[in-house]
Amino acid sequence: MNYLKYILVGFVFGIVLTKAEAVSWYRIYEMFQFQSFHMYGIIMTAIATGLIGIQIIKRKQLKDIDGNPINIQDKEKGNARYWIGGTLFGLGWAMVGACPGPIFILLGSGFLSVGLILIGAVFGTFLYGVVKDKLPH
Amino acid sequence: MEYITHTWHWAVAGFLIGMVMLMLNYFGKVFGMSSNLRSLCSMTGIGKKVPFFDWDWKSQRWNLAVVFGAMLGGYVAVHFLSDASNVAINSKTIEQLAAMGIDAPNGKLLPDALFGNQIFHSPKMILILIVGGILIGFGSRYAGGCTSGHAISGMSNLQLPSLKAVIGFFVGGLIMAHFILPLIF
Repeated sequence: MNYLKYILVGFVFGIVLTKAEAVSWYRIYEMFQFQSFHMYGIIMTAIATGLIGIQIIKRKQLKDIDGNPINIQDKEKGNARYWIGGTLFGLGWAMVGACPGPIFILLGSGFLSVGLILIGAVFGTFLYGVVKDKLPH
Repeated sequence: MEYITHTWHWAVAGFLIGMVMLMLNYFGKVFGMSSNLRSLCSMTGIGKKVPFFDWDWKSQRWNLAVVFGAMLGGYVAVHFLSDASNVAINSKTIEQLAAMGIDAPNGKLLPDALFGNQIFHSPKMILILIVGGILIGFGSRYAGGCTSGHAISGMSNLQLPSLKAVIGFFVGGLIMAHFILPLIF
């Protein structure tokens, strides 16, 4: 039952993202049109909550569930990968109004057509794996 | 019950998403959804041919468990915790969408014009969803993370690379929403 706690955290995540409508194509469109604060509020509150939590973890040197120090790795340095990869991701995000979390959540909710996005996303990941050594990072 | 079935306030949702990320930190993990796409590729055994997928994806099974839970959560939220007041977006947005031939939400999470089952008869719509997915999959792996990995995990850990990625997310998103979507629809 090692995985139960992860399933529970995921369950909460799925409910929250659905009930806050962060999985909604409409909300993403509205966000990119700057016609609502809703999505910006969600993202900024999540970052603020995480920021405070991580600062507490670091300053108090908290341990994880197994008693090991919590060590959150820094992201690799780089430029091209973040600017170009980020922009490509953004194009897709606004096109179909879903990022990876919501793709899975919507599929679980029974929206069959979202399966096409998942097929594309898995294929896109595969393509990256094939061409990655030829790309600037 | 109305507190549950109505649209949740952004502050409540944002706080809970932050807590989800911190819970995973407490479990000794890092919150990030797009790496599951890499695991899905690796599960097919393609790692024998493409080295990028030859990695210890089994150590990431916990993340697939998170995904499984999220799918269940979505199912429960959509089928048992929703009502007709949901997705009350800006009336200006609704007008703009109507001009592009996209139906108003009226409580639905997704427009029928893009996600209704009739789209399976439209090669154009199928292509849009698949191409969008390819951009998401390729872009998130190239950038090393998506909204959860960079915007939430990375930004709250004050990572400069994540800031670059998130700026990229919005540059791409704004270009799509303002210049490309109106051409498509």
